[in-house]
This record gives sequence, C-alpha cells and structure tokens, in this order.
Amino acid sequence: MPRMVLSGNYAQSYAAKLARVHVIAAYPITPQTAIVEKLGEFVASGELSAQFIKVESEHSALQACISAAALGARTYTATSSQGLLLMHELLHWASGARAPVVMGVVNRAVAPPWSIFTDHTDTVAQRDTGWIQFYAESNQEVLDTTLMAFRLAEHPDVLLPAMVTEDAFYLSHTVEPVDVPTQDEVDEFLPRRDVRGLIRPGAGVRLGSFTMPDLYEEFRHKIARAMERSAEVFFEIEDDYHRLTGRHHGGPLPTYRVDDADAVLMTMGTATTTARSVVDALRTRGNRVGLAKLRAFRPFPVKEVRQLAATVDRIGVLDRSFTFGAAGAAFTEVAAALYPETHRPALKNFVAGLGGRDLTPKVLEGMFKALLKGDGPEVDWPDLKRRAEVVRHG
Amino acid sequence: MIASELLAQAAFIEGKHPQSFPFFGVERRGAPVTAFTRIADAPIPVRTSITEPDIVVVLDASLMRTIRVTAGLKKHGVLLVNSDHPVVGIDKRFEGRTATVDATGIALTQGLGTKSMPIVNTAILGALARVTGIVSLDAVVEAIVKFVPAKIEANAEAAKVAYREVQELQAVIH
Repeated sequence: MPRMVLSGNYAQSYAAKLARVHVIAAYPITPQTAIVEKLGEFVASGELSAQFIKVESEHSALQACISAAALGARTYTATSSQGLLLMHELLHWASGARAPVVMGVVNRAVAPPWSIFTDHTDTVAQRDTGWIQFYAESNQEVLDTTLMAFRLAEHPDVLLPAMVTEDAFYLSHTVEPVDVPTQDEVDEFLPRRDVRGLIRPGAGVRLGSFTMPDLYEEFRHKIARAMERSAEVFFEIEDDYHRLTGRHHGGPLPTYRVDDADAVLMTMGTATTTARSVVDALRTRGNRVGLAKLRAFRPFPVKEVRQLAATVDRIGVLDRSFTFGAAGAAFTEVAAALYPETHRPALKNFVAGLGGRDLTPKVLEGMFKALLKGDGPEVDWPDLKRRAEVVRHG
Repeated sequence: MIASELLAQAAFIEGKHPQSFPFFGVERRGAPVTAFTRIADAPIPVRTSITEPDIVVVLDASLMRTIRVTAGLKKHGVLLVNSDHPVVGIDKRFEGRTATVDATGIALTQGLGTKSMPIVNTAILGALARVTGIVSLDAVVEAIVKFVPAKIEANAEAAKVAYREVQELQAVIH
C-alpha cells in the first residue's frame, strides 16, 4: 500500500479513480476545483477509463450523474458551497430516483459575505435531501470514507446517494501523509457495480413519472427505510474495509476518552483533531473530559448518541453552522435523540468556527471549561469578537 | 504554496510527518499568499493556522514594507528572506537568526520564470535546508525531481545554488 503526501482534494480524486468510476460530471468551484482537475488528468492520461462530462453548472453535473446512474454506471461528482446550493433540487432527485451517486463536498461558507473558507452550512442545509452524509477529519479518512461511500450507496438494500465532506483548506488544501490502497485491494473491496440499472435496452421503464397520492408516501417511506438500513450496512462495510486495509475509523460516532468523562464535546470534521489534543492536555491537568466525533450526520447515529449519553452527565455539541431561529443542527439532533432517555445529560451548543474562523486549542478548551462549570447560555457563540470588545470596554 | 508543499514532500521523504496548507483570499497569480508547514516525528495533533512559527520564509521582500513578517515569530526563530542584500533592523524585538538569499537572481539564471514573475520556490527551499537543517538538500532535490512538473534540472540546480549562496547575518550582540 503506497503512502503518499496528498491533499484532501487529491484524496477524493484518488478514491474516485480507485473506485473505477464510469462517469464524472462536475463544475469547478473553489476550493473543490483540484478534485476534478486531477480526475480530468487521470482520464486524459488513460489512467482512468471514464466519461468525463463537462457541464455548464452544478445542477447539470448532478443531473448527468443521476442519469448515468440510472443506466448502472458508477458516478462521481464534487462541489462546494454555492455549487451545492445550486444542486439542491437535484439532490432530492438523486435520492428519490435511488441513484447511488457519490459526491465529494468541500465544506465552504455560504455567501454573503463572500467567503471561501470552511463552514458546514452548505452540507447541513442538505440534511433533508435523502443523502447519506459523512464528515471527515483527515485526508486518510476522506479517501477511506469515499471508497466506503461507494459500496454503501450501491448496496442493494440502500441505493441512496452519499456525500463525503471535507473542511475547506483544513483538508482540501492541506497535504499530509495518506495510505493509498492498491487497485487490487480496492477491486476486492469494491467490485464493479453490478449493472442493474433501471434503464435497460428493450425494457420499458418510466423514471420520475407522475405519482398519485395513493403511492407517493410509500416511495418516501422506502427511502426512509433504506436510510435506516444504511446505518447497519455501514458497520459491515467498515469491517470489510478494516480487514482489507487494517484501518477502521470507528463507525458513525467514534469516541475518545469518554469512559469516565464528566464532560464530552461532540465535534464534526477537522475540529476533532485539535479537540483531541485539548482533551489530552486537560486530562493531564486532572479534568475528566472526552470527545465524540460525529462522523455520520445522515443517517444520524441516534443509537450511538444514546449509548454515549448513558454514561456522561454533560455533553457539548460544537456546530460549525447555525440554523437561524433555532440552534446548531447537530445540537438539536442530539437533543431530539436523547429526549426519550431516562438519563438525559445537560446539553450545551457551541457555535463557532464559522467562515473559516480557526478553532484553536484555546477556544476549544474554553468549551470544555464552560461544560465542566455548567454556566453560560444553552446556545453559545463563544468566540465572537464582539464579546471581547464588550469585556474590554467594561 | 508550491514551496510549502515541496517542503512537506521533502520532510516526508525523510520519514517525517508533514502538514502543509495555504491561506489565500484572492485567487490571482502573484497575489500575496501565506502557506504553512508543520513538520514532526509523529502525526500532527492540531489543525489550526500557525500563529507562532519557528521559521518565517519571505519569498517577496517587498511585502515587508506593508506586513510585519516577524509577527508571532518565536524570539529565537529564523527569518529567511529572498533578497539580494542583507535585511537588517526590521524588528528590534526579534532576536533570532536572519538569513538572505538572492532566490530571484538564482531562479532567473536558471531560466525559472520571468523578471517580473520569477519562480523562486525551489531556490528558497535550498536556502531553507542550509539555514535550518529542517530537511536535507538531498531530500529537497528528491522532492523536486519527483513532484516538479517542468524544468526539473533547473529547479534542482536552483536549490543547490541557493544552498551554497545563502548568507546568514552575524548574530547581533546585545
């Protein structure tokens, strides 16, 4: 297994290449561009035998993938921020058409004000579209999860699209060592898609046709069941991946030092790495704190969240996005998951790191401390500059 | 950006764990950008910007008129500047080492870039290897051979020449 120094973007490209995708359709947007540029190079050089469809927008990119998937093709696209928002209509279409498209998304703030830096609003806003969502912490996880996403999406019990996200710049443009599986290993893990496309020569089918009220609800329920089932299938897939590569990223909600923890912080994406160091530092000083990484946001790991909460009295949820008029999306999901439980830990929502704001050890440590003290508002924006000014001016 | 990525590749060649990333707002060739590299013996446990670097490398000395490049630089750190003349007195509080190399001149001699837009990435890495020892010249050259897409020999030569020619200011005795 060769080890290479790769950006998160190239980790996506290599995963799609190793998956031997048949069709790539994408439109460039910073900070995603390098993903499809690299795939373009692979196709141009003959290293990857795929159709690279140039399109005029992200909307068309996803439409091309959905159509190709209907023919049984393995398809890949990638986008970010405004591009993902433009795709929104087709995101619903992909899940409704049961098209197992895999998409790399670079999490980038939504304008205005214009920004190219990381923020989870773009993908969190797609949580109701019927896409499986994974958030990655490292470039290794980007590559591994993308490969797993293909198998999960195409699983006959699932047949749903999946997105693998990476924080803009913190992963997309960061190079670091990544173990890249060999083609033989990936071929064993992810055989060519069993071509059971909806559209076949000679067989008359209708796609996306008009549905009367007597059936529409059943279609939606089938998606709901498939999404639920994907949570179980993912465990099998990750075990298989582990057997093949020796790497396991710990399911949808991996935890760190939570066993005797008084307080646990839940993070998504790259904030996790720094938060893990903060946990170690605080533990050295005698604070019993732990960490949980929300790796899968859809399906939401309700069971795992409940297991975690059973032994912890205080949970903080860090959202790198905000749902206006409510709270952070991960926070509300955690709260909803825990409502039926008898043991309900105190919950706090930290909204921080928006628009690429650095989540420094100091900021993260402040969250743990606020959790341990149990003070402050339920929904807190702990790193607002305005607050520093208020303090300074008394 | 390229220099920081090549540095990461060179460190990786030597068995280290690099983490390198750029920070830019305006996407225009020649616009000022910042790029960061961490190098460690073990996986790097943080994903944040670097605000207190051990080493600062300035590829375009004209930026020093508007940007305090030593901001956050550790007191006994290293400042390496692409300049054809010694750089002195830019920050009285900075007590570390300052080195200069005429990376622009070296790059142009090797036919890398144009006078208005010289490509100094590889030359500066040669100088960095010499002044800091953070990577070896051999690893820099190997990274250039493996990852620079064009003018490989000229780029490798630029690194070697810069390695020889970099000048370190004598430490100021207080």
